[in-house]
Amino acid sequence: MRLLTHNMLSSNIKGVTNGFPLRIEVEKVVEKQVDFNPNFLKNMFSKIDYKALLEASRIMGYAELPDHADPSSLESDDFLRRFHHALLQLHLEEGSLVCPETGRKFPVNKGIPNMLLHEDEV
Amino acid sequence: MKLKQLEGLLGSLEQFSNPKIELEQYPTGSHIASRMLYTAENSFGDVKNKVVADFGCGCGTLGLAAALLGADHVIGLDIDAQSLEIACENADELELDMEFVQCDIKNLTWKGQIIDTVVMNPPFGTRRKGADMDFLSVALKVASEAVYSLHKTTTRDHVRRAALRDCNASSAEVLCELRYDVPQLYKFHKKKEVDIAVDLWRFVPKKKQ
Ligand SMILES: C[S@@+](CC[C@H](N)C(=O)[O-])C[C@H]1O[C@@H](n2cnc3c(N)ncnc32)[C@H](O)[C@@H]1O
Repeated sequence: MRLLTHNMLSSNIKGVTNGFPLRIEVEKVVEKQVDFNPNFLKNMFSKIDYKALLEASRIMGYAELPDHADPSSLESDDFLRRFHHALLQLHLEEGSLVCPETGRKFPVNKGIPNMLLHEDEV
Repeated sequence: MKLKQLEGLLGSLEQFSNPKIELEQYPTGSHIASRMLYTAENSFGDVKNKVVADFGCGCGTLGLAAALLGADHVIGLDIDAQSLEIACENADELELDMEFVQCDIKNLTWKGQIIDTVVMNPPFGTRRKGADMDFLSVALKVASEAVYSLHKTTTRDHVRRAALRDCNASSAEVLCELRYDVPQLYKFHKKKEVDIAVDLWRFVPKKKQ
């Protein structure tokens, strides 16, 4: 699971009002090379939640994203490359996503998060 | 990529080894799948450099077609772990990046407006009534540009009405009518192949502020 995907997922358990962002528990991270595409990154920057990405990337062991970023950061090639790495190249291969309100864990196996709910959570 | 080439690659994918009746697991054939995505890209520009979600991705055919046509990020969602495993292998086989999430589309809550286009071949709702409309309503919430979907031609009026009235669509257009050979996977099908008419739809969601 890429952190771009993490940036879209939220806990959907019945009664939870703010299920975003899911806290990450890491067992295994892998990195996969992806083509660098500045236009795509610029477009994504305006759509994602930067703070959630920043925290997630740190938990995944990547500390190179700056604390703050705004649209002017996109002019820097250096920033774009870090953003690219954090958003698209880091993968949570094994671990869990934890609901911020209830602590319920959604397992991630072989890179696939399991967001299925139990009957009493729907 | 040429249409023929796309169809050829999709034709080489593994499909459900053990289809589950209650989930309506039958694959979209490479003929239909390739035309669906090819139209989405060449007539509407909804695939290349976009973020695409494949709802009920099964073994990944539609999402992988989107990746082959240059989508930048593709996510496949399915309730069934076994299908997702096959989809993963298919992605590896084609050396494509595709993300997968196991979830029930009905219960999906999605953050933000990251997804541009949803492509899907939803369960037609023959096993669980309304399954196709559940998919459509979530798809129209999630997509910011367009939703491509297949529905039985016999339900055309119903689909249009429900999309425009209940599901937040600003437009609903049938792009073409196709013959869909649903193979005789299931015992309750008497004939060897059931050839049904399906519509390829394009829905546009209302703009969200
Ligand atoms: C008709 S098949 C299409 C498969 C694949 N998209 C294709 O085109 O070959 C429908 C798919 O939806 C999945 N499905 C059924 N109900 C679902 C649900 N509630 N949530 C998510 N996936 C579901 C099934 O597992 C199956 O893979």
